[in-house]
Amino acid sequence: MPRKISLFVPCFVDQLQPEVAVDTVKVLRRLGCEVDFPEDQSCCGQPAFNSGFWDEARPCAERFLRVFKDAETIVCPSGSCTTMVRVFYPELVSSALHDEAVAVGKRTFELSEFLVKVMGVTDVGATFPHSVTYHASCHGLRELKLKNEPLQLLRGVKGLKLVDMLRFDECCGFGGTFATKFESISVAMGESKADSIAVTGAEYVTAIDPSCLMHVQGIMGHRKDRAKAIHLASILASEA
Amino acid sequence: MSTSTHNPVPAGDQPMAQTAAQKFLRDAATKSADLVHREIIRKNMESYDAAHMRGRGRFKNWEAARRKCQEIKREAIENLDKYLLQFEEKVTARGGHVFWAANSDEACTYIKDLALSRGVKTIVKSKSMVTEEMHLTPVLEEVGIRVWETDLGEYIVQLRNEPPYHIVTPAMHLNRQQIRDLFREKLGEDVPDADPQKLVALARRKLREAFFAAEMGISGANFLVADIGAVAITTNEGNGRLSTSLPRIHVAVTGIEKVIPRLEDLGTFWPVLATSGTGQPITTYSTLVAGPRKPGEADGPEEFHVVLLDNGRSGLLANAEEREVLTCIRCGACLNICPVYKNVGGHTYNTTYPGPIGSVLTPHLRGGEFEHLSYASSLCGACTSVCPVNINLHHHLLHNRRDFTKAGKDKAGRMQFRMWQKAMLNPRLFAFGGWMMRSSLRLLYRLGLAGTALDPMRAWTRKRTRVPLPETSFRARWKKELGRDQSGSK
Repeated sequence: MPRKISLFVPCFVDQLQPEVAVDTVKVLRRLGCEVDFPEDQSCCGQPAFNSGFWDEARPCAERFLRVFKDAETIVCPSGSCTTMVRVFYPELVSSALHDEAVAVGKRTFELSEFLVKVMGVTDVGATFPHSVTYHASCHGLRELKLKNEPLQLLRGVKGLKLVDMLRFDECCGFGGTFATKFESISVAMGESKADSIAVTGAEYVTAIDPSCLMHVQGIMGHRKDRAKAIHLASILASEA
Repeated sequence: MSTSTHNPVPAGDQPMAQTAAQKFLRDAATKSADLVHREIIRKNMESYDAAHMRGRGRFKNWEAARRKCQEIKREAIENLDKYLLQFEEKVTARGGHVFWAANSDEACTYIKDLALSRGVKTIVKSKSMVTEEMHLTPVLEEVGIRVWETDLGEYIVQLRNEPPYHIVTPAMHLNRQQIRDLFREKLGEDVPDADPQKLVALARRKLREAFFAAEMGISGANFLVADIGAVAITTNEGNGRLSTSLPRIHVAVTGIEKVIPRLEDLGTFWPVLATSGTGQPITTYSTLVAGPRKPGEADGPEEFHVVLLDNGRSGLLANAEEREVLTCIRCGACLNICPVYKNVGGHTYNTTYPGPIGSVLTPHLRGGEFEHLSYASSLCGACTSVCPVNINLHHHLLHNRRDFTKAGKDKAGRMQFRMWQKAMLNPRLFAFGGWMMRSSLRLLYRLGLAGTALDPMRAWTRKRTRVPLPETSFRARWKKELGRDQSGSK
């Protein structure tokens, strides 16, 4: 069972949602992992890659491979950034680095995936006495095929009441630069998601991707909805 | 996340001559705020979703059926020349005609000349997206020919003088009250209520007159079956059969990519298409047309023509990386699941093929003007997850974007990402830049300027509360406290 973890913190988590990474560290350490944060990391390159600027994204990807070259296990609290590394790096990097990219991709895990599939843990010793509904983030669900892992972890949380959501697997409308380039469409998609969340009556909506949650929180906050967005890591870090 | 907007998607609030991209943004903004539209589409899509799920459940192994369809279509596309020639040979041997049209003009001219030379006054059409792509109807109407759409949905949008909203269900955006009002206005008949049965009966009565009058029937093709040289057509209303058997002349119009190798392949494709399209086990009328009426046969047209349209498809065929896009069987499943489509609606795309497949295909078929569609997606991948031939639609959108910027068409964007890259390759610069951004935005928002023209994040903050702007980044906290405590506890 791997215990030495190199933390991969998405750039916007580092800058805008540091508590998600802090809580990830808490959960991993509680389970006895040794956690390191390679301070030379920055961004995986996804914003440039998704915008079509593969030449600009490539050095970021190749830098990532250097920074995490010796990492035994890489854990990231985002399905989207994990997807970038595992699914898209082999296509993006120069052919000389292709195999290295595949190898690093195999050692890179989204947090819930790591906990359930690698460590074999579904009860991380958390307590969160609230009603929670789950939004399946697109990259985690469709690129990494993570459907049950986050739910298994949520079911393992003491006091947590899991409420089903209709269209739980429909995109929240974030999509990176899509959120601002196509503001009106992104907002409409976010509103549909917020409607689905509101119908559940849950106090919290959770997901494995901080970017989705930032978007949904933005929409719900603007509408003054009751529910709050919270990252899975923060629920798992909560204690009685 | 940046709010600066560059080509191919300029900001909607910049006064400029309106490009296709700007029109898209403007129409998308109008449509996605239209709550009546949102409700109609949501309701229709929900009943589709339920039927689709039930339909998939009827397969012993849906994923295996998808893989089989993918393999067969890949085989067909990789050997397109062989199968098309085989198809032509069979059709010709049975007395039919095959016309190879390099582009829409050639195809339209062929059909127009054929109609004029045979004295055709009335044409009935069964559903065909390729004839929409060619803009065939106006060409025929211009020379005085009356053209009737006979698919009920197509008939409705024709009466409204608008293009199909959806490739399978053309009038999905209308409810029955709107259709009743339309019939009242356009058909000059008393339509007392919006009972669907009565509306259908009225349309049927009108269309029967057209079927009996028409000298030419035009159809599309769901598949071209190479080994027997037949056109396979599926409809739910029987209008396909009437259009192809009653008039003296039948013209089937389709894209060159519709070929499948063998008759037996239909055993997989017909149920998969029906399931993906509407959730039905099989479409009500499945028809194979293989040639004109032979001596002694009771019915069928005297003349049978097949128009095979290229119109940019062979360019796509030459592109090994994107070629699989040609395996699309036009079932509409990717439209139905797409959250963008559901919010902006079919007409906003302003293309023959809307939704994910349209966003992938149109920049290839029609070039520069439609490249913004490759960006009009959150890349959620829902489309790919339902495609019955496993086209990796959202990855093709990424390829389209890459090819667009590689062609040097977004210089401002490249500049922006070069600067971004400089910061990302230097963690200190990244940390400093992040701190600067957070501090200045915090100040700006403290002054109450969120969402104003001074707010660089206004495309976010107009309809969303501002992003969190913490005092301390994670890396700073790691340095200060977290990194030191490796002891294993909290």
